[in-house]
Amino acid sequence: MIADHLPALQVVVPLLAAPLMLLVRRGGFAWLLATLVSWTALAIALALAFKVREAGTISYAIGNWPPPWGIEYRVDALNSFVLVLVSLVASVVAPYARASVAAELPREQHYLYFTMFSLCLAGLLGISITGDAFNLFVFLEISSLSTYVLIALGRNRRGLLAAYQYLVLGTIGATFYIIGVGLLYLMTGTLNLADLAQRLREVHEIRPVLAALAFITAGVGLKLALFPLHFWLPNAYAYAPSAITAFLAASATKVSVYVLLRFYFVIFGVPLVFGRLPMAEVLITLSVLAVVSASLVAVFQRDLKRMFAYSSVAQIGYITLGMGLANKAGLTGAVVHLFNHGITKGAIFLLLGGVALRVGSTSLARAAGLARTMPLTSFGIVLAGMSLIGIPGTAGFVSKWYLILGAIEHGYWGLALLLVVSSLIAVAYVWRFVEMAYFREPEPGAARLAEAPASMLVPAWIMVAACVYFGLDTSFPLEGARSAVTVLLGGAR
Amino acid sequence: MSAEFPTALILILGALGVPFLRGRARAAWMLALPVLAFAQIVALPLGEYAQVEFLGETLVLMRADRLSLAFGYIFAIATLLNVIYSLHDEDTVQQVAALAYAGSALGAVFAGDLITLFIYWELTAVTSVALIWARRTERSRRAAMRYLLVQLASGMLLLAGAVLHFQASASIRFDLLGLATPGGWLILLAFGIKCAFPLLHNWLQDAYPEATVTGTVWLSAFTTKLAVYALARGYAGTEMLIWIGALMTAFPIFYAVIENDLRRVLAYSLNNQLGFMVVGVGIGTELAINGTVAHAFSHILYKALLFMSMGAVLLRAGTVNGSQLGGLYKSMPWTTGFCIVGAASISAFPLFSGFISKALILSAAADGGYTITWLVLLFASAGVFHHSGIKIPYFAFFAHDSGIRCAEAPRNMLLAMGLTAALCIGIGVYPKPLYDLLPYAVSFVPYTGAHVLTQLQLLLFSALAFSVLMRTGLYPPELRAVNLDSDWFYRRIAPAMVGALGAGIAAMRLALEETLLRVGAPLVQVVLRLHAHGGPLARTLSTGAMALWISALLAVYLVMYYV
Repeated sequence: MIADHLPALQVVVPLLAAPLMLLVRRGGFAWLLATLVSWTALAIALALAFKVREAGTISYAIGNWPPPWGIEYRVDALNSFVLVLVSLVASVVAPYARASVAAELPREQHYLYFTMFSLCLAGLLGISITGDAFNLFVFLEISSLSTYVLIALGRNRRGLLAAYQYLVLGTIGATFYIIGVGLLYLMTGTLNLADLAQRLREVHEIRPVLAALAFITAGVGLKLALFPLHFWLPNAYAYAPSAITAFLAASATKVSVYVLLRFYFVIFGVPLVFGRLPMAEVLITLSVLAVVSASLVAVFQRDLKRMFAYSSVAQIGYITLGMGLANKAGLTGAVVHLFNHGITKGAIFLLLGGVALRVGSTSLARAAGLARTMPLTSFGIVLAGMSLIGIPGTAGFVSKWYLILGAIEHGYWGLALLLVVSSLIAVAYVWRFVEMAYFREPEPGAARLAEAPASMLVPAWIMVAACVYFGLDTSFPLEGARSAVTVLLGGAR
Repeated sequence: MSAEFPTALILILGALGVPFLRGRARAAWMLALPVLAFAQIVALPLGEYAQVEFLGETLVLMRADRLSLAFGYIFAIATLLNVIYSLHDEDTVQQVAALAYAGSALGAVFAGDLITLFIYWELTAVTSVALIWARRTERSRRAAMRYLLVQLASGMLLLAGAVLHFQASASIRFDLLGLATPGGWLILLAFGIKCAFPLLHNWLQDAYPEATVTGTVWLSAFTTKLAVYALARGYAGTEMLIWIGALMTAFPIFYAVIENDLRRVLAYSLNNQLGFMVVGVGIGTELAINGTVAHAFSHILYKALLFMSMGAVLLRAGTVNGSQLGGLYKSMPWTTGFCIVGAASISAFPLFSGFISKALILSAAADGGYTITWLVLLFASAGVFHHSGIKIPYFAFFAHDSGIRCAEAPRNMLLAMGLTAALCIGIGVYPKPLYDLLPYAVSFVPYTGAHVLTQLQLLLFSALAFSVLMRTGLYPPELRAVNLDSDWFYRRIAPAMVGALGAGIAAMRLALEETLLRVGAPLVQVVLRLHAHGGPLARTLSTGAMALWISALLAVYLVMYYV
């Protein structure tokens, strides 16, 4: 009985938890509920993924209004993969957040923090699961609004500016998206994604569709921080509370990537986007710029959170690069990297949260001799950094491998070479941390620093372990990505 | 221990345990690891083990055949000797790095596929760099960085080559690769960097002398010999390698003669010895491959012995500059003796290990009709004797008395040197056990009248040349030129030929640097300015500017779609 309603519960559970927290107004209760909710969400996501693998796509009509009239929740191999990623990250971040939040936020804001966290989770899950273009917009706004609040909660006052800028830009992005959807509605008379995909094939007046594509590309491109629309991201990540940085870096941009994938490959279709329009070239060019430029910027950053935030922009470049390649290997690389980068960056930002807690700052200079005082944290960052570089045996290697294969399949030798060379830039910025932490003497006052508390270290290390585990046993992310790619490429034909 | 457990992991996982132990327990643990690894290799039956699935391909972590086993033995032995040598130093970073480094080298030797090879290939780079870094001087820090970059580049080439090779042949196995595909060329380049082919060699002379006392000994044993193994596996019989190898044996000699830092002299002579092995790989006959393996085996030992003795000098006297040393035999008699054994071995004196292994390669060259190569190798042999056989012991321990009085090397160093020296002599006197380890059956008899006579003639004349040059005051390093470290190729006192060669290379280098600087510097400047902290690409834009960007991008998309 309940099993039939899993798609609805996936979103409803965190969505309803939020007002409950608001009513009770207790930090501890809110934390407990947020943790339980995210674990429940993970269980549901896994159950859904399992069901999709067994029985294929699940369609769920909200309120029993049959699609395309009612709102449909539609779970296939692609978005069940994203659901698992988002809820997995949430369920690691939530238990972690207690100690981190206690240190960074005043007491009376704790319950607000977890309320927003649950809302954001509900929004991200909703974006992934919904089969309705307008409903997607609603969830996009839910997740965005809660994100603005979360970023503004950061203890650095510059977080306010970062949140404000993100608010303005995010709103522009969402507006562009909804304009695009409006145009599509005008042409087809439907908002159901699956229905849209079908009806768009029959539309002959192509110009409004192209405009819709442009609006959606620009709007979603901003949400996923596609170069050169990434300017909001480094500040937002740098000034948000630590746990939120980890959560956003690992999930929010990934969900936007999913939206773009869905629109490009399933709704507009490969013949239009990559055949008629030069989107492949555009995506590849922008991605290459993102990878090289953002990595270089990362090398020169003086704050670890900002450094890895820029690295995120670069890593998203890898994902969109695989998207631009639009062949099986490239897309597999993109989808796998979605997951792998999620856990890698999640691990790094969780560990940096520990650094912020103990050292009081994430500036690179203050990390001198960190390996002495916080050996586990430092070693974890190094391991996750290796995954970022793409060293074999870590998760990052698997995605790079497929991206290179995808590039070679097209005969883009230069691109394949660039993929390899760009990891050298990643070596450079990860090395800056290694040099600081392992080869410098700690500052005199720093000798008494302790390792981060276990409640933060354990979740962080779960992510680190995942980076290594999924580098060795690639079956879960790879199989998930493969069947997701079948959805993407199958839907196009 | 089961064959399914990769030997590499014994050392690598074992290394991770080192920080948790102290004092004697740590020493015992570190000694036990190579012994355990050695025992496993001895018990290893031929075959392929520890196969795992990865990305749809089968990786073979343990491939035991005669070639990999021979290298496995010597790597395990070298690990044990080096552990003994470095017992006095309680630097945890170095101990962990060194053991992990040796483990990765073993892993690479037993790798049956290119992915596994690549992983260990990179691991050797990353672990070994700590041994240079650990000297903790600004110079070594920079040298380490350069070393790491070169090594990682080699790894990247290997990976790229592996991908191409996989595309072309649909196989990821590491067998004979050859030069038929572009992938083959890339992989050869990767191996070539690690093997210090001419013009790809600078990292070796740059980095090795900057490592710690014990670090250099570790480095000398594994990295380049791993490359030799990889070449022997992938490119046996590739004719080009004969010429590359011949060039390699010859050109470092000139530099070795004029170099002042004795550990750098050894680095050059290491390069020259590698040349012999590369020639062997290039010839590729059974005899030649046997020669390569045997030479690698004895080379690891005597080169380690020489580096150990110089390390002891560096530890006690504080310098290894030839011009500042001399007369140390009074203070360090044992070290002197061991150094002479190493020198005799590298010079291939009969009854020392170098003789019985180098003879195989020389014979293979002569039998194969490579007369010019054979002559070059002979010349190189004379040169080796000159700079490693005579110069090293002479300037360090004899020559004019520098007045340095210091203690004899620590006991663990003496023990390590003694064991290594015993092995050098043992192999030289009784080569059969070594010959039995070689990949192919050996019918070669090293001690024939002709072999011994040729070698002795060579050595005598080389010694004569040295004596004459010394007596007449023409020998380079005796001239008052102390600062040879960086500007050695400007020296005019070197023999005319060296001068010309050095000047030519220097001019070319200068020209190249000049052009790079002219063309590259402005570009680099622009890139740096754009990306540096606070640069246009790293700055926080105003909200309006950001909004402008997104509108601009939308406009671009719209225009592009409509056109």
